[in-house]
Amino acid sequence: MTARTPLPWRAGAALTPRSATVWTWGALLVAALMVLPLLSLAWTAATGSAELWAHLFAHVLLPATQSTLLLLGGVGLLACLIGTACAWLIATYNFPARGLLQWALLLPLAVPTYIIAYAYLDLLHPLGPFQSGLRWALGYDSPRQFRLPDFRHLGTCILLLSLVLYPYVYLSVRAMLVTQAASLIEAARSLGSGSLDVFFRVILPLLRPALAVGVALVLLECLNDIGASEFLGVKTLTVTIYNTWVTRSDLPGAAQIALAVLTVVFLVLSLEAFGRRQRRYAAGQRAQAPSRIDLRGWRAGLACLCCVLPIVFGFVLPLLYLLTVSARRWRAEGLSPQLLESAANTLILGLTVTALTVLLGLVVTYALRLGQLRRRPLLAQIAQRVGSLGYALPGTVLAIALLVPMAAMDEFVGRTWLLGGLAGLVLACSLRFLTIASGNLDAGFARVPQNLDQAARSLGAGPGGTLMRIHLPLLRPALAAAAMLILIDTMKELPASLLLRPLGFETLATWLYADASRGSYEEGALAALMIVLIGIPGIVILAKLGLRSAVRSGGVSP
Amino acid sequence: MSDMLRVEAITLRYPGAPRPVIVDLDLALFAGEIGCLLGASGCGKTSVLRAIAGFEPLQKGCISLGGRLLAQAGFSLPPEQRQIGTMFQDYALFPHLSAADNVAFGLRKLDRPTRQARVAQLLDMVDLHDRGGLFPHQLSGGQQQRVALARALAAEPALLLLDEPFSNLDVDTRSRLLVETRQLLKARGLCALMVSHDPAEAMAMSDRIAVMAHGQILQFDRPQVLYEQPAHPAVAESIGGGWWLKAQSLGLPGDDRIRLRNGQIGIDPTGPLRAQCVADWFSGPEHRLRLRLATGEHLELSVAVRDVDEWVNLRLLVPESALLRFPPL
Repeated sequence: MTARTPLPWRAGAALTPRSATVWTWGALLVAALMVLPLLSLAWTAATGSAELWAHLFAHVLLPATQSTLLLLGGVGLLACLIGTACAWLIATYNFPARGLLQWALLLPLAVPTYIIAYAYLDLLHPLGPFQSGLRWALGYDSPRQFRLPDFRHLGTCILLLSLVLYPYVYLSVRAMLVTQAASLIEAARSLGSGSLDVFFRVILPLLRPALAVGVALVLLECLNDIGASEFLGVKTLTVTIYNTWVTRSDLPGAAQIALAVLTVVFLVLSLEAFGRRQRRYAAGQRAQAPSRIDLRGWRAGLACLCCVLPIVFGFVLPLLYLLTVSARRWRAEGLSPQLLESAANTLILGLTVTALTVLLGLVVTYALRLGQLRRRPLLAQIAQRVGSLGYALPGTVLAIALLVPMAAMDEFVGRTWLLGGLAGLVLACSLRFLTIASGNLDAGFARVPQNLDQAARSLGAGPGGTLMRIHLPLLRPALAAAAMLILIDTMKELPASLLLRPLGFETLATWLYADASRGSYEEGALAALMIVLIGIPGIVILAKLGLRSAVRSGGVSP
Repeated sequence: MSDMLRVEAITLRYPGAPRPVIVDLDLALFAGEIGCLLGASGCGKTSVLRAIAGFEPLQKGCISLGGRLLAQAGFSLPPEQRQIGTMFQDYALFPHLSAADNVAFGLRKLDRPTRQARVAQLLDMVDLHDRGGLFPHQLSGGQQQRVALARALAAEPALLLLDEPFSNLDVDTRSRLLVETRQLLKARGLCALMVSHDPAEAMAMSDRIAVMAHGQILQFDRPQVLYEQPAHPAVAESIGGGWWLKAQSLGLPGDDRIRLRNGQIGIDPTGPLRAQCVADWFSGPEHRLRLRLATGEHLELSVAVRDVDEWVNLRLLVPESALLRFPPL
């Protein structure tokens, strides 16, 4: 036996290879990127003068908060109703076209809130097809003789937003019904309870967590919306932020309102956490879907109608309208080079944001993976949680929060690089959609056993080599899904684009917004049609992977 | 001979765990020696392996290999720099790489022709030369095991770690691969440390066995020594089977506990000890009897059928000299 080996290494040298620490630092940097704007938001808000604040509070903040809360309440309730009813019908009964409707019910998700408002604004216009038809049927020939009362108010906004946002509730509730609640439904039925009875006594309490997830997403989307509320004359907090900054150039004021929005976001997230309390279903509980009850006659017709109506009003009608108007426009004038340019802009923005976001997501999730392997995941965990906050932050809030640090950065560099260029918008979108990247990649990493990392490491590959040679090939499906969803979401994005796009840079969404704001319905329909068509592949991914992989963790807690 | 692997007084505690899973554990292997950590699940044997491989940081103690320090409290050489090959219980073959690419994974530094030649040679060694193009899911369990072995040996590690290498195989494949693997390691003069919960497997595979319980090594020695001179009741229990009996039950003085081994006791009409047969069954070439002593304790023994005249009341002869005695609980 030899004597105890002398130590050739520095005592207390790093416990981990330097590269592993680099990943953690990278992840923390990403988290800082998310936190710094929020801090600067608070700071900017604090610079506003006190008397201005009193004015703002009484005349802007109070009414805007009131209409925002009314909007959230209304949309939350209505979307919940539509989503749950459809999910219940689809999961429990057999009726004609059920298989088709099951997927078609997701289609309204492809229509952004500002587009459904845009479409109905024209459809319901006094000179639009609906009122004209009504007049024709009633025998009037001029809008001066007969017109419906103005439809641009909160009620319409609630209805339209619910029509395109209910799929979030539908998706999460249906998933719960066909997997985890299945055996319990059967048990309740075998005890002799009728269907309705089962619904209220067993299903509804069971669905609470699923409802919480779905409704939270609906509300966050609702808070993010700027187009629909603006077009329909509802002065929400989000719209007010935009106006305060863009028309009054009052940055502290906008920041103060943004803080109010953040409070609402916090309320929504707390509500979600509260709704999910004490509900932990074991993953292994997955039972087979319960056998469905056959419906016949008028009952079958009614069930079918209930599922068809949201699709017709939330997707088919707007799409048909956009198609008709676009076709007319196309025949008359073709495509303008400006529209083509903004389409190209949208694609460039989308691809840039996708690349950056996936990269940031990879840094954050791989740092977490390395942390887990070293059994010191805390820092990386915090970074990942913080980095996933983005989806909960409305685009306008994020944009306002980024303005000050970016302006400071520009001043430091000496040229308008962030604010005047695309970089600011790219950063805002990346931060917002980082949730998608990190959620999908985290789920992807979870499917790769840690043994594989360890095997690769003991065969001589470092952390970077393991990522390149093991994880990237195995993560390909998760990467593809994340990239696709981010690309689509960026190309649909409106609020941040409105605030942060460089001068003269139009995306399809801002083009449409400008069109609608001017009240001139020209090529907006073409832009809207393109956006809806772009969104459809996203629906397919969502249908395949489920809600959780599309929007996960952080904003909507895992 | 000098030590190849030295594990000195290591303590390992998982974050959040109330107690350390390994406590002040020492272990050393000679160059070319095959060692085995034997113990029930949860005794910490796999954790020792993982600490040596570099997957778990140490709280105390140090580990060195061939005179090079691998780890101590606050320092841990990353696994990729340790020159240690690891074979995982589930093999951890990379699912997106073919068998040949799996084997080639650790051979990045070689140029292409050399690498290919080396992979072919390794696959040949484990008898899989015609299976290199197949992916892990296309291979049987035994073939996967051999790919994993070839992969772990490819980079010519100074030490090979095997975590329950045979536990996922059927009985026939297991006994065949046990012998083959040992021959292969011995032919290469490789130092190896295996983890197992199966004494038969440990004895067939290794030169020395460390019997573990509660994060500590109870005894580390050659199988025969462990069998004949167990230093701890738990060692006697895990190696060689048998029954616990009180000394008085066998008509012996003292209140020691006796570990009675298979074949140590025989039926003898003149024997001093009385026993009743409570069950009997045919189990191979011999009959197996389950006996109850007057004290109510049970034991089993094998007999050729015709030796027994009367199975209900028997007399037994106990050889006093070779008995394993342990102090009472």
